Amino acid sequence: MHVTSDAENRNIFRRLGSSGPPWLRLTLLLVPLSLLPLIVGNYWTHVLAHVGIYIILGIGLNVTVGFAGLLDLGYVAFFAIGAYTYGLLASPQFGYHVPFWLMIPVCALVASMGGVLLGIPVLRMRGDYLAIVTLGFGQIVRILLNNLDGLTNGPKGLLRIDPPSLGNFQFSTPTHYYYLILAGCILAAFTASRLNQSRVGRAWAAMREDQDAAALMGINVLKYKLMAFAIGACFAGIGGVIFAARQGSIFPDDFSLMVSINVLCLIIIGGMGSIPGVILGAVVLIGIPEVLRGLALYRMLAFGALLVIMMIFRPSGFLPAARLKVEMKRK
Amino acid sequence: MSRLQHHALLEIQGLSHFFGGLQAIDGVDISLSEGLIAGLIGPNGAGKTTLFNIISGAYNPTHGKLLFCGRNITGRPSHRIVQLGIARTFQNIRLFPGMTALENVLVGRHTRMRAGVWGAVIRNSGTRREEHAALAKSEEMLEYVGLKHRTDEPAGNLSYGDQRRLELGRALASEPKLLLLDEPTAGMNPRETAMMTGLIRKIREELNLTILLIEHDMRVIMGISDRVTVLDHGSKIAEGTPEAVQKNPAVIEAYLGKQAGALRLKRRLRELPGETDGAPA
Repeated sequence: MHVTSDAENRNIFRRLGSSGPPWLRLTLLLVPLSLLPLIVGNYWTHVLAHVGIYIILGIGLNVTVGFAGLLDLGYVAFFAIGAYTYGLLASPQFGYHVPFWLMIPVCALVASMGGVLLGIPVLRMRGDYLAIVTLGFGQIVRILLNNLDGLTNGPKGLLRIDPPSLGNFQFSTPTHYYYLILAGCILAAFTASRLNQSRVGRAWAAMREDQDAAALMGINVLKYKLMAFAIGACFAGIGGVIFAARQGSIFPDDFSLMVSINVLCLIIIGGMGSIPGVILGAVVLIGIPEVLRGLALYRMLAFGALLVIMMIFRPSGFLPAARLKVEMKRK
Repeated sequence: MSRLQHHALLEIQGLSHFFGGLQAIDGVDISLSEGLIAGLIGPNGAGKTTLFNIISGAYNPTHGKLLFCGRNITGRPSHRIVQLGIARTFQNIRLFPGMTALENVLVGRHTRMRAGVWGAVIRNSGTRREEHAALAKSEEMLEYVGLKHRTDEPAGNLSYGDQRRLELGRALASEPKLLLLDEPTAGMNPRETAMMTGLIRKIREELNLTILLIEHDMRVIMGISDRVTVLDHGSKIAEGTPEAVQKNPAVIEAYLGKQAGALRLKRRLRELPGETDGAPA
């Protein structure tokens, strides 16, 4: 091998995703985000925190759908699994009060196992069939929560769920949760982008583009599918814990099909496979309806029209991933 | 290593494969020793690509055995077979069109890497080293097949000939012992064909590989192969040096004979209007 020139070295670093001074860019991003609650007031901080939960969910589902190309319409199930696992072990329901910070990894693990559980029967399915089965899975979980009265308290839900605390400090105001969720979003975005730019991410991308060819190039397709389900579910599980702790009470109806659809929509609007896209998608899809509150009854009509117009002019989303842009063009 | 020389690299024993009631492969035996370029020819539908799909683990054969380096690999999943050292290209190019040329080759490298989820997220020194080594190796492979200048181009944007060469680079990145090439020069112009033929020879000499290739271009196959196997209707009908195979009457019958037959038929059809004029069939 010849000696690589400087330009090539730079190329390698760019490909590894560590271009420029990352700390500077991170600071430039973090400072305004941290100051935001001081500027916008309680109501909007609350809305932003809500958007943040959807960002975590979106980044997770983006692993399954955007990276690995597995259309999952039952994603809300893992959100519910995370929320209920926390709710059951940190509320008066059974009298357990496991600390929030311990429950984060526990719920992530439980949700991942849920992901594997869903993954195994659908390993050999593709496209539409996969979508239908996952859709059913989401419904099953919600119906179980609704009917296992002895365990989940049925439609009456779980109440007085413990808020997170750090030593003597208890999370209570929207601003506290805002920072918690911001940290969650950053961690999620970091994890997902690292995964994407790795051997694992390449294997997912190859599988998404041509599953048979990927297998014949040495990728264990079954394993990587299960991994995509499990990791996607893991994010939802963490999102669920934060959601349950923040709401203080959860009900089966919090985990309806609409959540799955919203999360999928925000990925599509933002640009499939792209993490900045997911973030923007969540801001648009979850944030804009709040902005449009002034339109009262016409709010959802205006919102729907915006979505239709957007999809006409930018069918691959606001900020599509480079890889998927090419795929779209070819189809 | 010395034991390897006693074994054939790839041994196909009594292989049969059915698609439902259709027998695509019928009791084929092929033995491939190390360092050979072996050609696989036969008329359309003879079962050549099916044989490739079986060797690479896409299909599980109905009967028979596959031995690779003396080890039974029958029915192993394809990712295991790649790991053992068999890589392939496809008759109709199967690149990952949205991924860059480099990423395609990196996917080929997958099987020689170990990084899992933790390594990917934490990006510890081991993973970083592995990733850098893989990048270096993949860039080397791109240069080897002459696509260095297209490194960051999405594979789907490459020209047809470049795509064929990229497939070859992707296969080579897995460091195979045996390379299966399914019509590597199909659809190429004479200049591209010559380039590809040269590349295949170079690969054999420099990378010390064994190559099994399917090819329809007789000049290519006769010029490049040390040995040729002929399939017809799923059975092996001849095997030997290119010269011997060309003269084999069974081959001429199955392969060239059909063409001659077709020519005769065409001539007859041209005569038909005169013969049937006014005379209903």
